[in-house]
Amino acid sequence: MAGVGSACLVVALLGAVYAAGASLYGVRAGRAEFVASGRRAIYCMAGLLACAMGLLEAAFLRSDFSFAVVAEASSTDTPTFYKVTAMWATQDGSLLLWAFLLTVFASAVLYVTRRSLRAIAPYATAVLAVVAGFFLLLMVAWENPFSTLTRAPVEGNGLNPLLRHPAMMVHPPLLYTGYVGFSIPFAFAIGALVTRRTGADWIRVTRRFALVAWTFLGAGIMLGALWSYTELGWGGYWAWDPVENASLMPWLVGTAFLHSIMVQEKRGMLKVWNVSLVCGTFALALLGTFLVRSGILDSIHAFGASTIGVQFLTFIALVCVVSVGLIISRLPDLRSEARLDSLLSREAFFLLNNLVLLGLALVIFWGTFFPLISEALTGHKASVGPPWFDRLATPLALVLVLLAGIGPVVAWRRITPRNLRRALLLPLAATGTALLALLALTNAADSPPSLAMFCFVAFVLGVVAQEFWRGARARRVMTGEPLPRALLRLAGRNRRRYGGYLVHAGIAVLFLGVAASSAFVQQRDVRLRPGQSARIGDYRVTYQRATADLGADRAGTGAPISIGAVLRVRKGDERTRMLPARNFYPARDASQGPIGPISQFFEGEANSEVDLRWGLRRDFWTAIRPDTTSLVPIARRLDARLAGAGTEAQARAVAALTEVYRRDPPPAAFRLIVSPLVAWIWIGGGIAVLGALVAMWPSPEARLRRVTSTYAARLGRELSRA
Amino acid sequence: MEFGLAVILLLALVALIVMGPLRRPGQLERRDEARRAELEAAKEAKYREIRDAELDRRMGKLSEADWRATDRELRAEAVEILRELDKLR
Repeated sequence: MAGVGSACLVVALLGAVYAAGASLYGVRAGRAEFVASGRRAIYCMAGLLACAMGLLEAAFLRSDFSFAVVAEASSTDTPTFYKVTAMWATQDGSLLLWAFLLTVFASAVLYVTRRSLRAIAPYATAVLAVVAGFFLLLMVAWENPFSTLTRAPVEGNGLNPLLRHPAMMVHPPLLYTGYVGFSIPFAFAIGALVTRRTGADWIRVTRRFALVAWTFLGAGIMLGALWSYTELGWGGYWAWDPVENASLMPWLVGTAFLHSIMVQEKRGMLKVWNVSLVCGTFALALLGTFLVRSGILDSIHAFGASTIGVQFLTFIALVCVVSVGLIISRLPDLRSEARLDSLLSREAFFLLNNLVLLGLALVIFWGTFFPLISEALTGHKASVGPPWFDRLATPLALVLVLLAGIGPVVAWRRITPRNLRRALLLPLAATGTALLALLALTNAADSPPSLAMFCFVAFVLGVVAQEFWRGARARRVMTGEPLPRALLRLAGRNRRRYGGYLVHAGIAVLFLGVAASSAFVQQRDVRLRPGQSARIGDYRVTYQRATADLGADRAGTGAPISIGAVLRVRKGDERTRMLPARNFYPARDASQGPIGPISQFFEGEANSEVDLRWGLRRDFWTAIRPDTTSLVPIARRLDARLAGAGTEAQARAVAALTEVYRRDPPPAAFRLIVSPLVAWIWIGGGIAVLGALVAMWPSPEARLRRVTSTYAARLGRELSRA
Repeated sequence: MEFGLAVILLLALVALIVMGPLRRPGQLERRDEARRAELEAAKEAKYREIRDAELDRRMGKLSEADWRATDRELRAEAVEILRELDKLR
């Protein structure tokens, strides 16, 4: 089967070469049949890569260790759930996933545009074929996921324990879908530049794809944060880690792009800006993919050192050079069709929002790559930590949330100061009320940036509520519908607008959680023996007893040993029992010398099984780090004594050792965290995704219009249907 | 062996699919169909702008005078698109 998989990749690569060549020849020679043929080649590539994905997944499911990637990232005892996802834990598998998603997206957009954008689409096809071809070339020449081992091992290395988490099942595909999705507007932007058709046509077609990419990337980032919070055992959800930052940068620039293309659609302005943003977003998406795999920056999320770094950087450089060259050569075609009418206009605020988003992306870029920059300049690898990012990102985030509130109330072209005052009156009243309540009832004033964020969040929510209310009221006056129906119809008929408002509300709620949980979090690290207690805030935590389970970890990750604690947590009259644990996996890496069959369980990898109580007001989070060092020398002695005793005796010895720990555990280290409002981060993210879905959902209006008559009357009639 | 055979078979299959349009160029859509699709998209976008402006007026974001000027301009642009669409019929 490995041969068939490799053949799929080779034929797909040939398909990419053909798709690019046929599309370019077709559009240059005016031979539409070649363009159609090139498009079909992309469809075929999607089919071939789907086959390749299926073959590789099948190899993982049947634990076929003759495949190098299966031996590297799976094992017979890896739960089926994680065998399915183990593919993207490897570099080769990630590349295959990237290429597959790209060809699926490319096929979708080329099908949609098969009867439109006749001039631009063939160039976009060629660009997409080149990008897919690059990933296929990497696989065929350097990182073939179907490479086989001459002697298949009896057992594989198993999946990295850190990746055994439900969020990790979908996090990488979501992130990659986001990265890949931005290749669509990028390809059409290049097509528009080449053909000098720099109007809004390419934007209208690709906007929805950009929104899909943005949504997936955002959801992927959120799931990554959730994984960090519930799996990594440090208690936070964002650490300004290089790989986290690498996913955030294209999302920020993509956010700027989604806003500024509205200005081009409505006013024919910001053309240079838009093509620059989409090229930047795509280059950053490539960079994000590269950083996860390269290991050039120290990251908890970087799973593997790359052998394809030079090729990747060369391709990113090529994307940048071609994009910049094309933009510069097409500057005369990218002139704005209109001028800014007023600084009190939505386009002016969109521009401001773009500058802040780009500023934030720039700060993150500088902080992320500072270690490399400092090493290049001074020979010493210095890095900036979370406080540096917090100091610079916090004011920008505050401005961003404020603008998310102001933008919706301002009209296109201009709003009179009188109308602006009237539109801001209620939201400002909501902000003032929130401020007074916070000062009177909470200690929010202890953190002025957080207090400001809470007020801005109230402002955004006030604006969004007012927009829905005023819009529904206006529709009720027009149609006589009851208010609830008017509200639903209003949102249904203006999905882009009201979906966007929901996204703003979601992001504001998300920042509410971020501000509260980062400024007012309480954390304690304690060492406790069974029977001892510790206090954190209003909580009293008692370590009741140790637990030691064999092959029965709570999360079903397949950990052979799980050592933890039973904690009794009291807050006033509330009582609850929590069961944090640490899962131990057998060591597979024998580079430090041979590891015995018993000690491998105590000297291998381990990860935290966090226990937390979610709450709308606060989360209570616990993790344990049991001290198993005393077991290691005993395990080594048992290894020597039971060397030829067979696996059953060795298994009994492992069970006996864990029982020793359970009966007489040494003091264990606990991390206890009380984090206020952190659940609102996930709720806000969910609202934002819901809003994005509303905004991207196709409108039924276009299908309804089938009338011809004099133009003015026809216009009136067709508009009245909406 | 397995690889070579698979490459040949897959290449043949892909070639069969990809060469389809080259065997019957007459069946491809006409050029004006592409133009029509673009104009339809432009029309929808213009309609959306007109409705947005109307909603903004009703919600008090646009003054009556600003709305009239904007609406007149947008409707003129929409009529131009409709004219072009009718030329293609």
